Amino acid sequence: MNRTSAEMDRLVREVLSDIAAEADINALPADKDLRDALDIDSVDFLNFIAALHEQTGVDVPERDYPSLTTIARCVDYLSKASVADS
Amino acid sequence: MWRQTSHARRVSAQRTDNVQVWSAARAALDGLPHGAGLNIAHEAVDRHVLHGRGGETAIRWLGKKGDRRELTYEQLRDESNRFANLLVGLGVVPGERVFVLLGRVPELYVSVLGALKHRTVVCPLFSSFGPEPIKQRVNLGSASVLVTTAAHYARKIVPIRSELSTLRHVVLVSDDVAPEPEDGVMSWALLMGEASSSYRIGPTSPEDPALLHFTSGTTGTPKGVVHVHEAVVAHHATGTHVLDLRAGDIFWCTADPGWVTGTSYGIVSPLTHGATLIVDEADFDVDRWYGILQSERVNVWYTAPTAIRMLMRAGTKAVRGHDLSALRVVASVGEPLNPEAVIWGRAAYGMDILDNWWQTETGGIMIANRPGLAVKPGSMGVAVPGIEAQILRRDPAGHLEMNDGEPAIEPPGVDGELALRVGWPSMFRAYLGMEDRYRKCFAGSWYRTGDLARIDDDGYFWFVGRADDVIKSAGHLIGPFEVESALMEHAAIAEAGVIGIPDPVIGEVVKAFVVLKQGVVDDPALRRDLMAHARRKLGAVIAPREIVVRNELPHTRSGKIMRRLLKARELEAHG
Repeated sequence: MNRTSAEMDRLVREVLSDIAAEADINALPADKDLRDALDIDSVDFLNFIAALHEQTGVDVPERDYPSLTTIARCVDYLSKASVADS
Repeated sequence: MWRQTSHARRVSAQRTDNVQVWSAARAALDGLPHGAGLNIAHEAVDRHVLHGRGGETAIRWLGKKGDRRELTYEQLRDESNRFANLLVGLGVVPGERVFVLLGRVPELYVSVLGALKHRTVVCPLFSSFGPEPIKQRVNLGSASVLVTTAAHYARKIVPIRSELSTLRHVVLVSDDVAPEPEDGVMSWALLMGEASSSYRIGPTSPEDPALLHFTSGTTGTPKGVVHVHEAVVAHHATGTHVLDLRAGDIFWCTADPGWVTGTSYGIVSPLTHGATLIVDEADFDVDRWYGILQSERVNVWYTAPTAIRMLMRAGTKAVRGHDLSALRVVASVGEPLNPEAVIWGRAAYGMDILDNWWQTETGGIMIANRPGLAVKPGSMGVAVPGIEAQILRRDPAGHLEMNDGEPAIEPPGVDGELALRVGWPSMFRAYLGMEDRYRKCFAGSWYRTGDLARIDDDGYFWFVGRADDVIKSAGHLIGPFEVESALMEHAAIAEAGVIGIPDPVIGEVVKAFVVLKQGVVDDPALRRDLMAHARRKLGAVIAPREIVVRNELPHTRSGKIMRRLLKARELEAHG
């Protein structure tokens, strides 16, 4: 299943707001560092990755975690990975 | 019979040895010049300068964004002197409480050491705490001074500022956020710039309070654990015995100073040895961590089971590309390290990961696998030199069997409560303002740890579990009551029960069960709102990762929520 960038952006924000429920995710600039902007710790981050996997089927190896620092980078990564899969 | 006699003889010989261990440990430190006492900061910093090692690196700071900063022992002495003078300038007197709410930045280390020099009591708070835990701790500790950043201040302090009645001064370390001018709020850079870099530490009794750390209990508010300057004797000695610390070592303790490990072993112990501290501002990341171990040539690495299990997930392949040949000791603390992790460590790092055990109350490592002793995977090791540990007999209700004022001790192989004979230098001296709760921790001449364990025939201890409902998540103790209280402040919640659910990576995760008030509709928006409320109040580390709505919760006859039953049902349901 291929999503547009806008759809992917929405999905990433959706998943994020389930984890950092206290934050206004829609107002978060796509290029802002997630760990700086939000109060999320490494456990939250693992849950974030797991939820992305659940939603998109994309498996994110540990090695690639550093690429998922902003919403924009997540969208980019997930879009590329879904294309590679299909 | 023979065995008991031999045991008794061994115990009495050990007691004499223990006294000698601590007097030798005291002799390894300098004391303040002219017999003015014992001060942690002098032992950690100033004495190295006096010994001609002022040019060596004390702190090597690695910023999140790749920036680096180094402080030599001489610079650290001068900077901490400035901070002590800053406190003088604010009119803060010895004995007052200085709280520090900072990420792992050099200013944190300077503040802690400077506050110790000025003989104030310093409390580093974990910077991920939300406003609620901060408020509770600042008020329990009657803080006079808070050192934090403008961002933390705006987000976490402003909403509760009017409720922090003892707080007179806030000192802001600069970051991206420009602070609003405000009464009692000052700039770190400005004050430090004006402060002199020479400061003479006043007479410090080894029994003067020095450090304050909060720990969570099952019920009520967190407890403020008070440690005195004499604790440095144990910090130093255990650094030798367990971590094999030597002058000039590159040492990396990955714990945040907001937790006791990050202070005792992330600041004090390695500095007393003249080691170089690696301070990494960033959070856990596999490649970053292996990169640091390699490029900084780390000799001694003190970390936590949660981190080790996350590294295990990345596999031995992630290690292979890195040169870890400088590494001499890998140690772990926070919760029992599972045997698989010890075995994995042998394959991954070519050495045993040395698990050890201690608590906020003990101030330093008490039981340990240590260099030179055979490691039994899954065991927390043996009592460190100077410490006598035993297993006390408990009845099913948790009461000890007392004979002539002393508790009965279990033989090897029987579960009971782990206890330590009182009198080691880093033993806590009080729960701040809670005399009764402090006294309850002792039975005869033993400190009761609240941990259940057993000892084997070789003197190795094996952790069994907590004697209470305290949740251990990622190595941190979380009091269910604190979480429940915060949840109860939400308008929709009638009742809350909080437990820990076993988790393969972080030990336990915090899970909450709530009953909604009459008429409240349970829908996804409400769930999200509950979660947001908990995280806003408590911060990510303490807030539940999951909140479940129930129609009712199990109660005792007296009306208390039966967390144990809640937990048993939960474990049964998920097999």
